[in-house]
Amino acid sequence: MAAMKVENKMTVVALVENEPGVLNRIASLFRRRAFNIDSLTVGRTHRPHISRMTIRVVAGPEYAKKIATNLQKLVNVIDVRVLDNEPHVERDLALIKVRNDDTESRNTITEICDRYPARIIDVGTEVVIIEMVGTESIIENFIEEVRPTGIVEMIRTGVVSMGRGTRIHDSDFQRPALTQAAAEQAANGNGRIV
Amino acid sequence: MMRLKGSEIIMECLLKEGVHVMFGYPGGAILPTYDAMAKYDDRLHHVLVRHEQGASHMADGYARATGEVGVCIATSGPGATNLVTGLATAMMDSSPIVAITGQVPIPAIGSDAFQETDVTGVTLPVTKHNYLVTDVRDLAYTMKEAFYIARTGRPGPVLVDVPKDVQIAETEFLYPEAEIVLPGYHPPSAAREHEVEAALELIAEAERPIILAGHGIMMSGAMGEVRELAERAQIPVTLTLLGKGALPEDHPLVIGMMGMHGEACSNHAIQEADLLIALGMRFDDRVTGNLKTYAVNARKIHIDIDRSEINKNVKADVGIAGDLKTVLNQLLPKLERKSHPNWIGRIRDWQEDSSERDILNYETPGKLLTAQVINDIWRITGGDAITVTDVGQHQMLEAQYYPHQRPATLLTSGGLGTMGFGFPAAIGAKFGKPDEEIWAIVGDGGFQMTLCEMATAVQENVNVNIAIINNNFLGMVRQWQELFFEKRYQATPMVNPDFCKLADAYGIPNRLVTQREQVEDAVQYARSIVGPTLIEFVVEKEEMVYPMVPAGADLHDMKRRPKPGEA
Repeated sequence: MAAMKVENKMTVVALVENEPGVLNRIASLFRRRAFNIDSLTVGRTHRPHISRMTIRVVAGPEYAKKIATNLQKLVNVIDVRVLDNEPHVERDLALIKVRNDDTESRNTITEICDRYPARIIDVGTEVVIIEMVGTESIIENFIEEVRPTGIVEMIRTGVVSMGRGTRIHDSDFQRPALTQAAAEQAANGNGRIV
Repeated sequence: MMRLKGSEIIMECLLKEGVHVMFGYPGGAILPTYDAMAKYDDRLHHVLVRHEQGASHMADGYARATGEVGVCIATSGPGATNLVTGLATAMMDSSPIVAITGQVPIPAIGSDAFQETDVTGVTLPVTKHNYLVTDVRDLAYTMKEAFYIARTGRPGPVLVDVPKDVQIAETEFLYPEAEIVLPGYHPPSAAREHEVEAALELIAEAERPIILAGHGIMMSGAMGEVRELAERAQIPVTLTLLGKGALPEDHPLVIGMMGMHGEACSNHAIQEADLLIALGMRFDDRVTGNLKTYAVNARKIHIDIDRSEINKNVKADVGIAGDLKTVLNQLLPKLERKSHPNWIGRIRDWQEDSSERDILNYETPGKLLTAQVINDIWRITGGDAITVTDVGQHQMLEAQYYPHQRPATLLTSGGLGTMGFGFPAAIGAKFGKPDEEIWAIVGDGGFQMTLCEMATAVQENVNVNIAIINNNFLGMVRQWQELFFEKRYQATPMVNPDFCKLADAYGIPNRLVTQREQVEDAVQYARSIVGPTLIEFVVEKEEMVYPMVPAGADLHDMKRRPKPGEA
């Protein structure tokens, strides 16, 4: 099976403040600057007040830089890097529900899953759910292999990336005074009171 | 510590930020804050506008005239949405304003309550940053942060949305004295050494250099540095619309405005230059024309505080994100003296050709032309007034016929091109610069968008002179229709009110001018009166602004006024 061509993609990683509305600000920026995004994932980091975004764009380095400089203008965006300049690892996760209702399909799926870092995580008489974790391109390959068997449902998380070795992308920033409310909250261990 | 209501905290924070005046309009959701104002009336003056758009433009005019943060205030829903045009105007022209809006009480948010609008959502793309304050204990810090963000880096509008119950809630007021530190907000300041070296090298090699002087020069306070750069290396300077005032326009190296309605010599010089030195400007499409043919012979040095402007429209050979004054002070000590007599001579030839085509050198008996009116105002005011324009033909003619000698003396909506900006912005400017002579130069179209602020000017007895350039047309649109739509004047002729009678109704002293001979007397009359005045200049209906680079055309491809005898 021919591998699906993975186009020239760039990865932008952003550390953002974990505050309400930040995702909206970033989405709004992409929309109004007409930036074309391939995937965007956001999740927590080991610091509760910082989230991390991985943004994939089908573009050249200049376009990625443009996105980075614009992202950096947002007040809640702490730090932005274009990752393709440095060695990094990336992972995407796909859940793929595939037809599984005859011997041939069962055998084919088992055989394909053996050759990939894929696991069957839910088994039924009609369909199975395969969990596939890997680089974007290996997932693309996997999908193309199982496609003829019959994909009935699929979801992907989008790519997350991290620089290799000691290329650490982190911020020890803590809002200095926090806000008065947060300071009191921390002191009392109370929730927010309006 | 004092125990204060949210509304009082807002006032205390404004005082801490050095605010003396705010422009606003009350309403349900902001009422607690208005109630608190009474207590602060002696230190914080509130100007009651007649439409919230006026409040936002006044805050903007105040900010542009003073360089300090302007403040406007409005209620939730329609009050806040009426600010949007003013916020967008300030955003495009990097003007620092803080807008405070009331919001429905927190429990009502999201319920489509009376006068509820998602204001932080609506204003997100037209503000530098905005806040919804959900806890009164966050209010003081948020206010301080808002002012900090508005005035630092590339300035811009910041909105603080405060729900009614947050205004009412009490807390111990503790003003955060520490400097604001934001993790992701580091406006660049200095250039790297290799960038400075690279820029110096390009300047040393250039034979036909030109400085493109923008608004950022004045915001950075780099007027002296730019002048030093120009004089020492003998580099001609062309100005953007908002860059007017960065250098005195009677300086021999200053060759006037660039762009769509810029001086022909400036546009020719840009196209023939071998080096552009772009300082605090952003290569707007009205400045560049067709980017594919823009300054193709030139290498480019681009210095701007906003990193995202570098390489946005025009690729820079040396792009420096930094504070202009700081960067130029790194560069100047190593700058060699140079001269470019041939290059400057070439520019002088273009200038000579332009002066032959100057409308002021034409015989126009019996006609009153906008250029004449504006040039007369320039002459009579000694070129020293702050002029605040609206948008359109009169705006471009102001730029051409009112040379400015000092920074921040032309206030105009350049980026957004907001009709209705001029008059309220002039009122705001007067509050910021009470000792300056202020002229609102507006068209009949734009003036009618915000003329309700005449009542504000009267109520506050604001000493602003309004010059209405009345051609009974939306003149610039008409010009485009004449040139590009075979004179189909669709929706541009205007049936106007009698502006003088209108001024009478507001109690504003006024004059009507229809002849050139009447201009001087009317302008002097306006200057002699303390308080608002209105002069209506009835000008030729179908004037053209030349030169003109049609939208998207090559910068050198200008439509020119024919020389006398050629027409």
